[in-house]
Amino acid sequence: MQELFRIENLCMAFGEKEVLRNINLTIRRGEIFALIGPSGAGKTTLLRILNLFEKPTRGNLKFNGLANEGEINNIRRRMSLLFQTPAIFKASVFDNVAYGLRVRGIDKMTIENKVKSALNIVGLEGKEAQKARTLSAGEAQRMAFARAIVYDPELLLLDEPTANLDPANVAKIEEVIKRIRSERGTTIVIATHNIPQVRRIADRVGILLNGELIEVNTKEGIFMAPEDARSEAFLKGEMIY
Amino acid sequence: MSSTEFLIQGIIKAFELIINLNPYIFSITGVSIKVSGTATILATLTAIPLAFALAFLDFRGKQALITLVNTGMGLPPVFVGLFIFVMLVPAGPFGLLNMIFTPEAMIIAQYILVTPIITGISLAAIKAVPKPIIETVYTLGGSTKDAVIATLMEARFGIITAILAGLGRALAEVGAILIVGGNIAYTGSVGGIGEGASYTRTLTTAITSETSKGDISTSIALGIILISLNLSVNLLATFFQGRD
Ligand SMILES: Nc1ncnc2c1ncn2[C@@H]1O[C@H](COP(=O)(O)OP(=O)(O)OP(=O)(O)O)[C@@H](O)[C@H]1O
Ligand SMILES: [Mg+2]
Repeated sequence: MQELFRIENLCMAFGEKEVLRNINLTIRRGEIFALIGPSGAGKTTLLRILNLFEKPTRGNLKFNGLANEGEINNIRRRMSLLFQTPAIFKASVFDNVAYGLRVRGIDKMTIENKVKSALNIVGLEGKEAQKARTLSAGEAQRMAFARAIVYDPELLLLDEPTANLDPANVAKIEEVIKRIRSERGTTIVIATHNIPQVRRIADRVGILLNGELIEVNTKEGIFMAPEDARSEAFLKGEMIY
Repeated sequence: MSSTEFLIQGIIKAFELIINLNPYIFSITGVSIKVSGTATILATLTAIPLAFALAFLDFRGKQALITLVNTGMGLPPVFVGLFIFVMLVPAGPFGLLNMIFTPEAMIIAQYILVTPIITGISLAAIKAVPKPIIETVYTLGGSTKDAVIATLMEARFGIITAILAGLGRALAEVGAILIVGGNIAYTGSVGGIGEGASYTRTLTTAITSETSKGDISTSIALGIILISLNLSVNLLATFFQGRD
């Protein structure tokens, strides 16, 4: 499969604190890649670096073979990061979802259609005019999801998109993730603690432990024949951290 | 006449003056609104961009500027009045402009008083916008300009409150405009009381002079108008705070 994002020898420190150590990883076009690991392992930090929010202390990032120097905004516009706790603009659901299209200067008609279809996908049709801050937590999460996919990003970075949701909402989001991958070919990197979720949706898995990517493997590989003993312990929930 | 009767008569006459749209009183109100309104508009045009620059940009002297703004928020009006006076008197550095004892001089003084207030309160409102909101703008492909606009939208009620706080302060201020404006009205009486129409006489400066002249009912009438104006500004501010 074709590579979309290559990460080489990446290190990240906040002051003295090393948060990511020597990460090497290639994200392939069209895959659903699950990034798992205990709390504090560095999942959010890695996603923020991929979205070019945070400059790594060391290492190379190549999106589509392009080095990121000098054109951060152009590269960032081809992806989307859904935050662990989405921030919602003080505006209607429609205006929230339309945001990424408006900053790209898309025409009104197209915006109307794209917003409508994005809201449809996440099951929020008819909520366009509601003030976004009055949505329930599950609805807000789905709205943020619609906002992240509305402009068809090539790469969708999801930071624990189902962490605080009830089973119905979790199922809905997982269905949407699979659907946009199959319908649009979107590449997806999802950070999660949820091992059953990994089984349900991932193609490949990376296990992050204390800032180190201890194993990258196919889903089958990692569950049936993990290469690292710590992977097995983590996946079985036997790891104490 | 007992002191209560004196007061009641004063109030009754004050309402008569207001209801009859007394020209002297209304020209004074006009000057107040014109001077404080213009000063507030000019201050807003300076303060909002300044607050955004302080919130979004890193530049040399930024900390010093923030200190200046904070100090400026509590600047004593008489001090500002004295400073502008010294600048504008004929012998002063800007004496040739012939601006002392004009409405323009008063506008400058109030502009200096109000700009730090609007800047300070706006900056607080801008800084209160959660960082994830700004990051969301960037992750959705927005530029720094988009981030500024989004912040303006998020902080809009706080910024309106800042502007109204500035206006309230300007309307209530007396020390600076008394010194640089001189509390001047034209000669010749209008409407049977006081002097002629106001030139640099405002609600606050007129209250000081009418009271010392002993014209209590005129003072009370002016006071009622002043309080009503300030109350309206405050009610408006409360309304916008409630919207947040
Ligand atoms: N800006 C920062 N400054 C200092 N330390 C930071 C910063 N951001 C993250 N860290 C630290 O980096 C480590 C990794 O954090 P990160 O948020 O990436 O973990 P995570 O794997 O996403 O955890 P969780 O599952 O709880 O979300 C943590 O110890 C955190 O305290
Ligand atoms: Mg996290």
